[in-house]
Amino acid sequence: MRWHRNAMNASGNILMTAELTLLEAVNTALARALEDDEDVVLLGEDIGVNGGVFRATAGLQQRFGSQRVVDAPLAEGLIVGMAVGMAAQGLKPVAEIQFMGFIYPAIDQFINHAARLRTRTRGRLSCPMVVRAPFGGGIRAPEHHSESTESMFAHIPGLRVVIPSSPERAYGLLLAAIHDPDPVLFLEPKRIYRLIRQQVDDDGDPLPLDVCFTLREGSDVTLVSWGAMLHETQLAADRMRDENISCEVIDVATVKPLDIATILESVARTGRCVIVHEAARTAGFGAEIAAQLAEHGLLSLFAPIRRVTGPDTVMPLLKLEDRYLPSVARICHAIRQTMEFS
Amino acid sequence: MFMRGGNYRGRQPQPGIQVMTTVASFEIAYHQYLDANGVTVRDMPGFAHDAARLLELYRSMLRTRLFDRKAVALQRTGQMGTYASSLGQEATAAGVGAAMRSEDVFLPTYREQGVYLARGVSMAELLLYWGGDERGMAFADVSDDFPVAIPIATHLPHAVGVAWAFQYRKQARVAVGMCGDGATSKGDFYEAINAAGVWQLPCVFVVVNNGWAISMPRAQQSRCETLAQKAIAAGIPGEQVDGNDVIAVLDRVGAALERARSGGGPTLVETLSYRVSDHTTADDATRYRSEAEVRAQAARDPIDRLRRYLVKAGALSETAEADIKRELELELESAVAEYLATPPRGTGTMFDCLYAALPDALAPQRDECLREYPDDG
Repeated sequence: MRWHRNAMNASGNILMTAELTLLEAVNTALARALEDDEDVVLLGEDIGVNGGVFRATAGLQQRFGSQRVVDAPLAEGLIVGMAVGMAAQGLKPVAEIQFMGFIYPAIDQFINHAARLRTRTRGRLSCPMVVRAPFGGGIRAPEHHSESTESMFAHIPGLRVVIPSSPERAYGLLLAAIHDPDPVLFLEPKRIYRLIRQQVDDDGDPLPLDVCFTLREGSDVTLVSWGAMLHETQLAADRMRDENISCEVIDVATVKPLDIATILESVARTGRCVIVHEAARTAGFGAEIAAQLAEHGLLSLFAPIRRVTGPDTVMPLLKLEDRYLPSVARICHAIRQTMEFS
Repeated sequence: MFMRGGNYRGRQPQPGIQVMTTVASFEIAYHQYLDANGVTVRDMPGFAHDAARLLELYRSMLRTRLFDRKAVALQRTGQMGTYASSLGQEATAAGVGAAMRSEDVFLPTYREQGVYLARGVSMAELLLYWGGDERGMAFADVSDDFPVAIPIATHLPHAVGVAWAFQYRKQARVAVGMCGDGATSKGDFYEAINAAGVWQLPCVFVVVNNGWAISMPRAQQSRCETLAQKAIAAGIPGEQVDGNDVIAVLDRVGAALERARSGGGPTLVETLSYRVSDHTTADDATRYRSEAEVRAQAARDPIDRLRRYLVKAGALSETAEADIKRELELELESAVAEYLATPPRGTGTMFDCLYAALPDALAPQRDECLREYPDDG
């Protein structure tokens, strides 16, 4: 990455700006958080000397020391459980789970502890912690490395589930997650870790949580997605423009708690909605969005809500994974069906 | 590139050399000062020469027993929820409670009310929690202790995290995680003791081996001769203590705490006791164990044991004993009254401590609840 000195921001800090990948934006946000607050501690497998298997934490242990960037024994339940204990003592642990497919031994910690410690002590103890995990398919990885199970976590009361879709939002949302006083699962779409570069100001400013981002305004159909699938969703929106179909594109960003107001407002204007996600369809998070649109926005709809998702099959190994993931063509097909309905 | 794993560096056989060596061997110490009859079996530790200190331990055990008895009675009369009595295990609780300093952090399972009481959690708070109200775990006078952990062993990684924070901040504090014999069969238990060993954290693990994990006897829980020896697999010290001898518990848990506090790392202490009560008020232990077995435990009663010793030593008169009992009964009576008089929480409070601030997305659900129970904000 190449850094450029820019103007000063409001607090007098010199802004460093660079064209960053999503992965570099994560690294930059972590460095910023470590620099600004000594209560921030990173914890995970191979994150120190090795800098993480994707290099998300590259250079951070060298810069901040092994007390701030901690290589943990290979035990996911321990890592998330430790984060609960550290957070209850007022530290702000940022734990890394190497791949989302290995997070399940820790699901006990999310459901039974992290997400409910504040409730069960009536606010005496809380969990200001972040668990980061790369998720999603498309990188030709071995089995168990490619699933998207965000809706399992979105079902947990007391937890936040945040998913960035660009370098800029990765930087701002990760800082917001670290500042947040409650536990956040921060899922990083690894397929787009290095896909695009975007200008990011390392100004320490977080983006807001709990809100959707409207990436493109349009008048005919609302496309709702998150994470890596926004890439295909945007390409589909481009292609639809050639067919004179104007798509509004919404990045959900915080899956839980869901900002349905932004989606409802959009659908009230467009009357049509296509939801795109990688995860298997049944009880995928698209189902929740569709249900809320049906509850609160039925009369705005000119056509049934459509979902473009992975099928309810086991995620195939790399030879078939491209067939599993929603393609631009599949999204375009769904948009056309929606437009042709009435 | 994406596969996980580590390098195993085992002892490599050297070509041409055929030698069998023992690379490790072990023994597990067992500590007891007072036998079942209250007779000293070895020289008493320093603190045990202070009669006032021993009377305090006696009082602490009795307080737990009377509290448990009252809690079970409240449950049986429909005034409280399911409850797990610690009958027969009071010495372990009193010893751990007395060994800890107020600034230490306690991470218990659901049968450690005796430790909570010793640490300043009020009886009314514990009754409130088991009566079904989270406010009972808000603890007015104890700031950092964890709420009871009902899932087995999953709180032990929290103890590691708490201890890690102490080490990071260079605080002379210790995290004490307590669990039962059944918990030692779980991965979380091993993950916790292993990690505490890696970082030499100020952490003490107390395994209360009360013989039973609901209906599973200790012998079916593990082939290990002792649970203390599981410490060896984590590279940390482990020892057994007579969990019904409060002097031994205080002495050994105290030693482990001081070692942890002074940078000497974690310890696993297995206290041998017996769960005289049912698992909880919802359990019927006669389905899986003989009454003869339970009756035999009466001879090991922890409170009788210390009482006999104190009476013989002339440190506990009948009047003093009656005074202690009366005082505890009064405390209990007022705690029960406080519990029963606690106004119920409003329905809307379900939403209050879910997040630091209620997200907009949840406001309509809160309103929906309040529409159903309008007078119950």
